[in-house]
Amino acid sequence: MITLEHYLTVAAMMFVIGIFGIFLNRKNVIVILMSIELILLSVNINLVAFSTHLGDLVGQIFTLFVLTVAAAEAAIGLAILVCFFRNRGTIAVEDVNVMKG
Amino acid sequence: MSVTAMAFYLFAITGVGGSLMVVLSRNPVHSVLWLILAFFSAAGLFILMGAEFVAMLLAIVYVGAVAVLFLFVVMMLDVDFAELRGGIQRFMPLGLLIGLILLIELGLVYGHWNMAENADALLQSPTPELSEAHNTLALGQLIYTDYIYLFQASGLILLVAMIGAIVLTLRHRVDVKRQNVVQQMHRDPAKAMQLKDVKSGQGL
Repeated sequence: MITLEHYLTVAAMMFVIGIFGIFLNRKNVIVILMSIELILLSVNINLVAFSTHLGDLVGQIFTLFVLTVAAAEAAIGLAILVCFFRNRGTIAVEDVNVMKG
Repeated sequence: MSVTAMAFYLFAITGVGGSLMVVLSRNPVHSVLWLILAFFSAAGLFILMGAEFVAMLLAIVYVGAVAVLFLFVVMMLDVDFAELRGGIQRFMPLGLLIGLILLIELGLVYGHWNMAENADALLQSPTPELSEAHNTLALGQLIYTDYIYLFQASGLILLVAMIGAIVLTLRHRVDVKRQNVVQQMHRDPAKAMQLKDVKSGQGL
């Protein structure tokens, strides 16, 4: 019997892997963006699991909005990355200080 | 073990394994391909839960758009990825430590939460019976009525993201010849050409 806790466990593992990936690939911004996608995916799994477990559709609607924001974030992030690569010739982001911020 | 349980474990293992390989893979192109596997496994999990519309959306939006965008950028940028993997040994202990702490925290949360007494009364919009409306129909009836403003706002977010991405990546090269339509339309025959009466035998 597959219960809610099974899905929550999968989502928790994916979330932790996403966080782990950000720390592991500190230089490679493409993998950092992919890790963020993984984190958002695990959040989506949590939302849908609770939505279907409780019989409330709002969780799935919220998933759609998370999906929208994730797609927009990926597009903007990759655009910034292309821009950065054009200016610097590398995508190493470990010590980015172009804007002296 | 039932078919549902077997399918769950299949999707769960491929999902978690795929996401682990995204993080650990040496080549970013392979990372993107593992990411696609993780997305497909998550879509399978959604179908098992009975949320088929979100599952299809995941396959179309994430695999069809986001992952392909990643693949495109990874292949377009000429980057020495081996050099970027330099400090991985240095960051491994910190990453493992933080991951372990997060996992323990999440485990503590999962060990101690319980449902509210009146959980059924608190439902915002209960799922209709499957005989009344299937998942996609029920979601559509909710999105286009109660959540129409949020839906429009998410469309606006996508528009802003699209314009932002275009503005960030568009560049005008100076050494390329371009058509200037306004200049073309304002050309005047009187200025553009001369008519000369050439006398025969003399030339210009």
